[in-house]
Amino acid sequence: MLLIHCPYCDATRPEVEFAYGGQAHIARPLDPSSTTDEQWRDHLYIRVNPRGIHAERWRHIHGCGRFFNAIRDTVSDKFVTTYKAGEPRPELTEKEGAR
Amino acid sequence: MADFRIPGAGRVNHGKPVQFTFNGKTITGLEGDTVASALLANGVHLVGRSFKYHRPRGILSAGSEEPNALLGVDHGPARVEPNNRATVVEVTQGLKTISQNHWPSLERDIGAINDVLYMLFTAGFYYKTFMWPKSFWNKVYEPIIRGTAGLGKPPVEPDPDTYSSRFAHCDVLVVGSGPAGLAAALAAGRSGAKVFLVDEQTELGGSLLSETDASINGMSGWAWLKASVDELAGMDNVTLLPRTTAIGYYHQNFVGLCQRITDHLSSAPQGAPRERMWKIRAKQVVLAQGAIEKPLVFDGNDRPGVMLASAARTYLNRYGVKVGNSPVVVTSHDSAWLAAFDLARAGVKVQAIIDVRKAVPTDLKATAESLGIEVLAGWTVTGTKGRLRVSSVRAKPIDGGSEQAREFACDALLMGGGWTPSLHLFSHTQGKLEWREDAQTFLPAKHVESSRCAGAGNGEFGLANALQQGAAAGQAAAADAGFSGSGASYEIAGEIALGGTTLRELPTDRNTATAKAFVDFQNDVTAKDIRLAVREGFKSIEHVKRYTTTGMATDQGKTSNINGLLIASDAVQRPAPQVGLTTFRPPYTPTTFGAFAGYNRGRLFDVTRKTPIDSWAEEQGAVFEPVSLWRRAWYFPKPGEDMHAAVARECKATRDSLGIFDASTLGKIEIVGPDAAEFLNRMYTNPWTKLQPGRTRYGVLLGEDGFIRDDGVIGRLSTDRFHVTTTTGGAARVLNMMEDYLQTEFPDLKVWLTSTTEQWAVIAVNGPNSRNLIAPLVEGIDLSEEAFPHMSIAEGKIAGVPTRLFRMSFTGERGYEINVPARYGRAIWEKLMAEGQRYGITPYGTETMHVLRAEKGYIIVGQDTDGTLTPDDAGLGWAIGKAKPDFVGKRSLSRPDMLKTDRKQLVGLLTEDPKTVLEEGAQIVLDPNQAVPMKMVGHVTSSYWSVALNRSIALAVIEGGNGRMGETVHIPMPSGTLRAKVTGTVFYDPENTRLSA
Repeated sequence: MLLIHCPYCDATRPEVEFAYGGQAHIARPLDPSSTTDEQWRDHLYIRVNPRGIHAERWRHIHGCGRFFNAIRDTVSDKFVTTYKAGEPRPELTEKEGAR
Repeated sequence: MADFRIPGAGRVNHGKPVQFTFNGKTITGLEGDTVASALLANGVHLVGRSFKYHRPRGILSAGSEEPNALLGVDHGPARVEPNNRATVVEVTQGLKTISQNHWPSLERDIGAINDVLYMLFTAGFYYKTFMWPKSFWNKVYEPIIRGTAGLGKPPVEPDPDTYSSRFAHCDVLVVGSGPAGLAAALAAGRSGAKVFLVDEQTELGGSLLSETDASINGMSGWAWLKASVDELAGMDNVTLLPRTTAIGYYHQNFVGLCQRITDHLSSAPQGAPRERMWKIRAKQVVLAQGAIEKPLVFDGNDRPGVMLASAARTYLNRYGVKVGNSPVVVTSHDSAWLAAFDLARAGVKVQAIIDVRKAVPTDLKATAESLGIEVLAGWTVTGTKGRLRVSSVRAKPIDGGSEQAREFACDALLMGGGWTPSLHLFSHTQGKLEWREDAQTFLPAKHVESSRCAGAGNGEFGLANALQQGAAAGQAAAADAGFSGSGASYEIAGEIALGGTTLRELPTDRNTATAKAFVDFQNDVTAKDIRLAVREGFKSIEHVKRYTTTGMATDQGKTSNINGLLIASDAVQRPAPQVGLTTFRPPYTPTTFGAFAGYNRGRLFDVTRKTPIDSWAEEQGAVFEPVSLWRRAWYFPKPGEDMHAAVARECKATRDSLGIFDASTLGKIEIVGPDAAEFLNRMYTNPWTKLQPGRTRYGVLLGEDGFIRDDGVIGRLSTDRFHVTTTTGGAARVLNMMEDYLQTEFPDLKVWLTSTTEQWAVIAVNGPNSRNLIAPLVEGIDLSEEAFPHMSIAEGKIAGVPTRLFRMSFTGERGYEINVPARYGRAIWEKLMAEGQRYGITPYGTETMHVLRAEKGYIIVGQDTDGTLTPDDAGLGWAIGKAKPDFVGKRSLSRPDMLKTDRKQLVGLLTEDPKTVLEEGAQIVLDPNQAVPMKMVGHVTSSYWSVALNRSIALAVIEGGNGRMGETVHIPMPSGTLRAKVTGTVFYDPENTRLSA
């Protein structure tokens, strides 16, 4: 069972307190009606599926209830870092990004 | 029965005999015996039949790696378990054991015909044999395969035992209590770190338990072991867990431990759990799992009496049991010689040591000769004889001709092919392995967890190495966990350097095509099978494994993986590391379902959510149905009523006068804040700005993809406060979705969301007399038609209790939903029941609710929709706020696919025969005469008998349904094709006159 650090609680808690929320940094267009069908399709359905570093959303659903973002390695499953919603995706140092 | 026990020898209690049975025969063992050691003490080697060829099999090992000696174990009524390894089951008084996989008896087994027909049963036998004719699969092949498949008989009664689970944290977890593990635990424990030391065996000590030659720090091995265990047991910071298997090593040093608590007790304390699953989070882990001896691969290496040399040594030194009177040893490693020496010293006539190496250590050779053991160096074994027990072995010089071959009569053949470090737990962590060419084995290379390996499991063989490395690992682990201590040094005497060479199959002068040289004993895979798989094109070890089934049995290839790999690597002509090792997966050894389930069984298996009125329904004899995690009253049968009669009565009473329904399971979300209306505007399809306080509206929630996710009535209590209801099953999902948008997309809105599902009990009263019932009880709310029309909400009191009263209807009749604080739910329900007697008040369940709403064409999200219906598809286009610039899912509704006219649309269906009730889920076709497979254009989503209409009704989704009004569609069923007419979805009171009746 993974341990996950909630950036709002600033506490590391077991995975069972959290829920996965899909790929991170997909902003809903401010005016969906102005998007083309192709742009809207991509917004709805097109996701990356990387082998390695992935930015994704998690929710501390059985804790503070907040959504936050995480950088996780899909090969090792391990979390590299977590950060608050709205913060930019962090630049990874070579060490953090290495597996 | 022959007695092979040496009086006074070993660690068993010679003063405590224990009787158990094997295939009905009483066997006497000693306290401290395993079933295997007790059987061997009585001269029994034959303990089972092999899986595929039904070959007689004996005891190969003395540990959890055992592939052959699998027994059914009977600890008493309902405590029967198949496939227990005789080498780990402890004897208890009255225990019953039975051998497996034979008929009519172990000694005479009809299935052994497979052994004669072995040429048929080569690798990929199933794939090659059962191909044709196609029609044979269902009726002939599969029943036969099912009949022969499976090993052992599963228990048929519910498990009467209890299982527990426990979480723990520690600084240093040491897995394995051999010399390396003990040294690690001592070093870490002395530093003050919180230490767990676990071992799967009954006693701590590992290989020391079988070791009688060496001495440590001037003490005998056993004396040092006792002193060490005593010291550890005396430390408050150390927890010792024997009989505990580390079954899996997961992320961030999370390790699963299965502790066996009562199986070894003749009578267990009342209420004691049989097993306990520990879930332990360790700061540091030391893996000291040791190594497993490899069998040698030669023709006839599976006969009873052929066993690992280390096992024979364990049976002798630890259990005081001679595995035979005239054994032969065949080996490629020094370690097997020690077994021969110990047996000879115990008075056993060891016939010969056959070593495939031409050069053997001179000191070993000298000792052998001094003990009168013939040494044949540079020789090989080419075959064995003996039907139910090995009776002779044929050996020849590797370089010599067949004429130099010799036959040795024997009653046991001890083999030693070197050692395989146990990498299982390390590999669970995805740690990197490295091939060691000199040792012909994989070893741990790069750790990805905070872990260390020590001792034989790290390729460091020999007692001195194990102790030094274990102590260093324990000290370093404690230091990394924040505890400092000094190292220990160990003085070893009497230990012999351990060397050897590794082979694939032993060299032979015989035809290898007919040789039965087993690699995987449990799944009956021979060297020939692996070579055949490679010839047929399987190059990856993962493919070879699945095609031949090597390593796939319950022992997970503990004794066979490396031999299989070396043979496959030779056949592919590629080095072993390029052929690779198959993946190690938890659990390390077979683990009971009970241990995994722990407390979570029976009533505790899953949550059953109950409403405040549930107890009343139960007292009234309601029949319940599960709805998500809730249990809901389904219908309330009166004596003699079946479901159909009860539902018909409940429906009629509600439409004629008054029905009462427990709607407490409805999801409820309180939405509060200055931007509450704007938030709802953005979430729901409907417009909310102009909804006046005191009024309610039916809301539709879409996903961003435009498909219906949920629906419910939403009441506005004040400008900044809404009471939202959701479907019973959707409550948590809807709240999560709302939170998601509020936190991440609309953080500009000042809104607070609170789940209030369990704060309110909800009682729905429906029918022409509903207002008459509540009017005398309600205070502070004007119930007149003008002041409180359909789709209203108000706060007041009912029977003295605060209420949020909804005027709404899910039945088409005049209706009220009375929300009261949950603790008053049952009291108010009973009050209403009492006051309603004069109107013939009738409680109804979810089935009647379904019928009544279907008569009105009210949909149930999740039943009439399936995640592919838009509001237009479901006939809810009117609920879309077309003037709103945006709401969740709006953009998707104008995607080209959403505008197609042939989308599946919700319609009504009336069967041609009014008495026929369609099956929900039945497929619909347009042309019943088309060829099979027919084109299905939709399916029935809801279907009931309507009392009000005295006929059946149904809802369905049909391609282009809105354009097919009045058309006849066809529903093919096994009993014949049914016909139905497409209609609108409202069957009853289309003018809605009854809402205010």
